[in-house]
Amino acid sequence: MPNWIAACSLGEIAPEDVMRFDHGGRSFAIYRSPDDEYYATDGLCTHERVHLADGLVMDHVIECPKHNGRFDYRTGEAKGAPACVNLKVHAVKIEAGKVMIDVG
Amino acid sequence: MDNAPPAPHDYSLTGPSSRYALEHGLANAEWYRAPIPRARMKELMKRSDGPAIRDTIIWIAAFLVTGGLAFHFWPTAWSIPFFLAYGVLYGSSSDSRWHECGHGTAFRTAWMNDVVYNIACFMIMREPTVWRWSHARHHTDTIIVGRDPEVAVMRPTVVLRVILMFLGVPQVWGAIKSMVRHAMGRLSPDEADYIPEMERAKVYRTARIWLAIHLAIIAVSIYAGTILPMLFVGPLPTMYGAWLHIVTGLTQHAGLPENVLDHRLNCRTVYMNPVMRFLYWNMNYHIEHHMFPMVPYHRLPELHEAMKPYCPPPYPSTFAAYAEIIPAIIRQIREPGWSIARPIPREYPAQAVPAE
Repeated sequence: MPNWIAACSLGEIAPEDVMRFDHGGRSFAIYRSPDDEYYATDGLCTHERVHLADGLVMDHVIECPKHNGRFDYRTGEAKGAPACVNLKVHAVKIEAGKVMIDVG
Repeated sequence: MDNAPPAPHDYSLTGPSSRYALEHGLANAEWYRAPIPRARMKELMKRSDGPAIRDTIIWIAAFLVTGGLAFHFWPTAWSIPFFLAYGVLYGSSSDSRWHECGHGTAFRTAWMNDVVYNIACFMIMREPTVWRWSHARHHTDTIIVGRDPEVAVMRPTVVLRVILMFLGVPQVWGAIKSMVRHAMGRLSPDEADYIPEMERAKVYRTARIWLAIHLAIIAVSIYAGTILPMLFVGPLPTMYGAWLHIVTGLTQHAGLPENVLDHRLNCRTVYMNPVMRFLYWNMNYHIEHHMFPMVPYHRLPELHEAMKPYCPPPYPSTFAAYAEIIPAIIRQIREPGWSIARPIPREYPAQAVPAE
């Protein structure tokens, strides 16, 4: 059962950037890709639970700010050590100018 | 100054100091971060291939010139200065290439980082998978006793060990032991603490390949009846060229507090001349690097400017840093709990360690 929550407004995130969104004691990362699509993943790196929103978005990759762990934020795929466990991705939809994510 | 574990210090990653760090919130903790605006950090973290390609071309050219002249003048004494220069490139500048490419920040293109990383690892005899994981831990738990596998000067100071480090002796001896252990399919208990199961096969495979290369170099030298190949590749240049990376490397943390959660207290930023900064790839900006490890080496001077209001004053020279380090590590022979206190700006106080 999807549980859609408004995470931010359209345009609140710069292109090729990421924003942190906390909800219900959980942290999420919301991405705006260079081609202006929005994506969402769990907010903490699977390596050592560092907030990915402080990291660097390069094309469709988010790089953890602490240890260079990299993930494809569209699929959550870990791209190599020290990130070895995939990141959970969350469905995203745009409604009334808001970026909605499924936190279920 | 230190939030010190029970004496004597136990630097193993599976002993009482490790348990102490885990129980007292020192492991995988929140560290102080200077409040640099996100937009500025994004600019500084931005990757490019240009600076590292330029520096790598110069680096390779320097190898060819110094190595070529050393070969040309061999076996006369005229080859010695060229071997010394070649050795610094091989045994010292490889340290910074290993480091920056390991972070994946030197080049924007991942395979370029990987190629230079693997070459530099071989030169400085740091097995690529092992050291990728040990360095990740070093950044998570910087100079936390029982957690950080990369503490260069352990306390109480063993002066002979520090002196031998300039000749690469403990590093190369440790590297050979590790390589043989890994080639036999085994990890030490400390390594098992930070290398995940899924990465271990890679460790063993690389160790076997490296061991075969080293044995081949020895075999070629014996067959040809000359030590020359061993002077160019293998443990010897790692050792005779090690001194400069120890000169620069000891400025990073030596004498500074253990078990703190603020890189302004346990790292040094030291101004160095352009030649040293080329060889060291700007790792003299060490507070900056530890606080924001994803900023490429060529942007660290800019990060340094941005962070200045939040940091202790930088050391004006390597000599100034050593004027502090040498007395400190000598004092730590008898007073292992003592350390240098760095002046933190009052408006930006140090991150507190968790209460006992």
